[in-house]
This record gives sequence, C-alpha cells and structure tokens, in this order.
Amino acid sequence: MPEAGHHELTPAGHLFEHLVLFGRFLRVLGLDVGPGQIITLGEALNYIDIGKRREFFYAARAILVHRREDLPIFDLAFEYFWRPRRNPLLIPVEVNPDLVRRQLRMPPVELFRPGGEKPPERKRDDLVVLEKQLTYSPVEVLRKKNFEAFTWEEVQQAKALMKTLVWRISPRRTRRYRPGRDRRHPDFRRLLRKNLRHGGELVRLAFREPKFKQRPLVVLCDISGSMERYSRMLLHFVHTLTNGLDQVEAFVFGTRLTRITRQLRRKDIDEALAEVVRVVDDWSGGTRIGDAIKTFNYRWARRVLGQGAVVIIISDGWDRGDVSLLAREMARLQRSCYRLIWLNPLAGMRGFEPLARGLQAALPYVDDFLPAHNIESLEQLGRLLSTLGERRPVRRQQAVLPAATAG
Amino acid sequence: MKRPLKGSQSLRMMNSPREVQEALEQEKYVADQGLATAIFLALKLNKPLFLEGEAGVGKTEIAKVLASALKTRLIRLQCYEGLDVNTAVYEWNYPRQLLELRLIEAAGQKASREESLADIFRPEFLLKRPLLQAIEDNQPKPPVLLIDELDRADEEFEAFLLEVLSDWQITIPELGTIRASRPPVVVITSNRTREIHDALKRRCIYYWIDYPTFEKELAIVRTRAPGVPERLARQLVAFIQELRRVELYKVPGIAETLDWAAALAALDQQDLTEEAVDSTLGVILKYQDDIARVRGNIVRELLERVRQAEAVP
Repeated sequence: MPEAGHHELTPAGHLFEHLVLFGRFLRVLGLDVGPGQIITLGEALNYIDIGKRREFFYAARAILVHRREDLPIFDLAFEYFWRPRRNPLLIPVEVNPDLVRRQLRMPPVELFRPGGEKPPERKRDDLVVLEKQLTYSPVEVLRKKNFEAFTWEEVQQAKALMKTLVWRISPRRTRRYRPGRDRRHPDFRRLLRKNLRHGGELVRLAFREPKFKQRPLVVLCDISGSMERYSRMLLHFVHTLTNGLDQVEAFVFGTRLTRITRQLRRKDIDEALAEVVRVVDDWSGGTRIGDAIKTFNYRWARRVLGQGAVVIIISDGWDRGDVSLLAREMARLQRSCYRLIWLNPLAGMRGFEPLARGLQAALPYVDDFLPAHNIESLEQLGRLLSTLGERRPVRRQQAVLPAATAG
Repeated sequence: MKRPLKGSQSLRMMNSPREVQEALEQEKYVADQGLATAIFLALKLNKPLFLEGEAGVGKTEIAKVLASALKTRLIRLQCYEGLDVNTAVYEWNYPRQLLELRLIEAAGQKASREESLADIFRPEFLLKRPLLQAIEDNQPKPPVLLIDELDRADEEFEAFLLEVLSDWQITIPELGTIRASRPPVVVITSNRTREIHDALKRRCIYYWIDYPTFEKELAIVRTRAPGVPERLARQLVAFIQELRRVELYKVPGIAETLDWAAALAALDQQDLTEEAVDSTLGVILKYQDDIARVRGNIVRELLERVRQAEAVP
C-alpha cells in the first residue's frame, strides 16, 4: 500500500515505478513493450548514468523499441514523459493518453461509416434470422448482385457469405526438402542414417521431395472517390483474405499509400475497419495511382515481395496523376512480383471498355484483368489464385478480357 | 589521453558508452552515441544486438569491428532462404562414419550394434556449423557471433534461433546437450526485406542505423580512405548526401561512398567534376533506372549545390 507523503523511497525503487509507468505509457501509444523489457531497462541502469539524459534516452530506446516505425513515437513520448523538472530527479508527468495522442497528432478513434449512412439498430436475434435466410436461391441472387446496389442487410449477408469462401493460393516450391516418396530424389542423409545399423549396406531406401509453401499475397486497394460505392465491400473482402491466408499484406491508396496490414489483423471486421479509418486520411478523395504504386515500389516492394508474391491491385483506373509515371511504375511492379492481377469493379458492367486513361496505361503490365463487382467475381478470383501454376506467366501485352472470363 | 591498457583490450570492462565509442574509433569505426550505447548495453547485459537499417550502412561491419576490438574471433552465419539446422548448427559426417563402420567390421571385432553405434557417433565425426561453434567455443574470451541478414532466412529458422538465444544450449540426440559456458557476443543484422518476429526482437538490444550525417560520413571517409584529398572528400560526401535526397530505387550506402572515394582517388581526381561523376556513376548507383535518371541534369544540379555549400565557410 503506498503511503501518502512518504518521500524516503530509495531513488532506485522510485525510479523503477517510473519505468513501469513509462512502459505502460508506451503501450498505450501502441508500442510493443513487455514487462521483460522494463526489467532489462532497470538492469541497464546499473551501467548507465541516468544523470546523463542522452545516455538514458539511447539506452531506453535500444531496449524498449524494436520496430523502426516506432522510433519517432518513442522520441516524442520520451520528451513528454521524462521532462526535466526543477527537481534533479526525472519526474514523469501524469499519463494522459488522449493528451499525448493529440500532441503526437494521432487521429482520434472514429467509426467506420462510409457515405455517412447510419446502420440501423440491430438486435442479436436478427443475426440468427439472417443466417437462416442464406438458403440456396437468395444466395445465388446475392452472389450475382452488384456491390453498388447492396442494401445494408445485403452487406451483412454478403459479409457472412464471404466468410465462407475458402482462399488458397497455389504453392511455391521452396528450397527445403522433406521426406517423400518420389524415387527420383534420394535423400542421402536419411539414407545413410537409416542404414548405419546395417553396417552401411543400403538395405532401406529414403527419398525426399521439395517442400511447398503458400505464396505471399499483397493487395493494393483504391479508396478514392470514384471507388466509393465499392470500397466498403472490397475492404470486407480484403479483410477476409487477411484472415483466411497466412501471409497477406494490405495497402489502400487514394492520393497516398497507407499500409493497413496491422489494422486488418483484428478478427472482428467492424473493429478492423474502424482501425483502418483511423489511420487513413485520404478517403474518397482524388486518385494518383502512379504515385501510390511508386511509393509501394520504393518503400515496400523489397520488403513484401519476396518469395514469389502475388500482387492484386483493386481500382477502377480513374487516375488524376501522371499516366507515364503509372506505366513506368507498373512495369517495375510487374518485374518484381510473381503475378500481377488487376481487379476492376467496373469491368462487370455490360459493354465495359477500359477507357480510363490510368487503366489503359497500366494494362500492358497486368498479368490478369478481372472484374470485382459481385461475390461471384471474387470466387472467380479465388479459382485463379488456386491455379497459378509453377512458372511466371509469359509476359506480353494482354488483350482485355470481357467480364466473366476466368484467366 | 592516458590509458593504462590499450583501449580496445578492455572493451568488455568499459564503463560507459563513451569508452565504447573511443574503442571503436581505434578500430576505425565511427559510431554515434546511440549506437555506442546500444553496443555497451548488449555487452553489459549479455543480450544480442539487433541492427536494422538500409543496405550498406555498416551493419555487418560492426560485428567485425567488435571482434577485433574485443580481440576475439568472429563466427559468421550468413542467412539465406532454406537455411536449416544442418547448415547452421551441426551435421554428422556420414561418409566418415560409414568408413569407420567398415573398419570396425574389417578388424573383425564382434561388437554389439549399440557399441558400434556409440563408436561412430563421437564428437570427432561431428561437423560443427557456426551456431554450435559459437556455443561450444571454450576460448578464454567468448567469440562474436554474427548472424547476418536474418531476414533472408525463413521463419522456421527464426523460431529455432529464438530458442538457442534464450537458453544458449543445443541438444544433439546422440551426444546430449551442449551448453555454452559463456554466451557469445551476438550481433544480428537485418535489411528488413521482411519483418522479423517481435518475440525475437524483444529479447535484443535494438538499433536502427540511419544514413550518416555529413560530418559523420566525412569522418568515416577520412578514417577509412585516408588517401583521398580533403577537398575531394568534402565534395564527394556532400554530393552523396544530396544524392540521397533524390528519389532513387536504391540509395547509395556508406559502402558506396567509400568505394567511390577510392575510385575517384585512383583516377587522380582533385576536384569533383561532371565528367568524373559521369564516368564513375556505376560505383554509387546500381540500378540502370537510377543511373539514367540522375545522369545529366540532376548531376549538374547536385554539383551546383555542392559548390554553393562549399562557398559558404
């Protein structure tokens, strides 16, 4: 029990409390700080001169931060928390996360409500009814219905339906091996091991086969104004992908590119999208696809396109940026990934022609061009992903496919 | 400054980051305070040092310099996709084991199966790979273990490494558990081609190495390429600093700066001219797109800025 007015605490004991508070403070700001690290920092103070503020700063940073993107947050948080006072000891200020969020210009939490419409109040038992409604024929209708014509109820049904889709990307051969039966590839290590007991005579044979692994998937989704009617459903779709596959990286772009992988990891779709809204600040604005892809190429490509990744761009191709830039960056993107797929929600319309200038510039570098306007088209994408094959596609200019042709 | 021992000799006994910084300086490595603090803590707390940063900012170099400052040996494990226990930890020397088995037979000893198995699973038939070498090392000073480019290895290996780094022991079924008498000094580097799992990083002392400032880079060029005339050194560092602000697919690192300094010095340049830059651009830029983009106007513009900066005292 803390005693009021008891100031005779040893500096170390006092300090350790502050360290714990500081750790909690960093966690509130989203840093991954565990108790183990706080203890390590406490230990480090045996060697570090805490009177030297810089030294303490660097020590705390090296121990508590382990992601580059957290460094600027830590720097500000440190300044804020360990503000030097008149007292020679460093005394932390009151922890008030909201205040700090404001100071660090972190946007407040908001709810995800595209188009400003409010979802009607729902009770629990309604949801059960909805599931029962998903009998065959309504499902068929729903599968073919264009996302843009969805009512709120249909969105809910579609969410449930999307959850049932199974995602599988055709695997990639890795350089690791596992025991196998293919008699063409003897496994010498196991061969000798198994037969040592027979005095080195090869009595029992052993073979190996390559191990296969799922390819990483990268999704870049357009959330600009022209995509507004689709972006909600498509983000639901991206969310199901993130939760249904192992390695998925997700980004959204309008005028700038934002990585939303972490946000989408939340299991609950509504919470996940609320998080996305919090970090994205160019909803329903203009589009500069070329810039977005360029940012991706420069900042992210090398990090997320390893191991034969498949890239999906979801956009209508209405671009207000530099078209030659888009073409150039698309070419580079195609060169650095295993398969480049473009999904266009408008391609599902009858008589669709890819007239959007952005689309025209990008198409020569796209391996597959598919519609994405209803659930059926997403299933079609699913089929494509599971039949990618072992080789990169032969890349040349592709003729534009009409609406529902599987690749 | 008076120092009873040669600074580097007692790096482990250093009492402050400042002293680490000085010891590294003696090894011709220019480290700033943050890095020196991180190294100091890694040594004091016996924790792995996890270094991240763009390619070519001197991450691997730190391990080499540390080994030489600590006067101990460097054990290097280069990671790649598919790296497995057999290449990272140990492997039995099967051909030699087979041979031994034949020899036992030929000698006509009627040994039981268990005996002959025990005979051939002896340490002398063990091929020790870097991790086992580092753990088993019984030199008076623990070695420096460099685990280079961990991001290239796959996650299976990362999980295994996490285990080794927390217990400092390796179990070989036929021989038993081998425990490190003293954990090695571990340096892990990553180029961030993928994210390393937080669980591993949390156990480490983390440091992000940024591109150096003008002063720091100049200091590096001075120590590592002493043959380069001062005026040229200033110009080329200023040029590289400006070049890093241009949008490039692959920004030149310190390694490129040093290569470039050496190249320009070898060409007997006293002054950074457009021709000199043009003919050596391939030393600092490694993508054709980048070279095509920079050559001509941008080079001229950057040179102009370098001159202007020079004019200001």
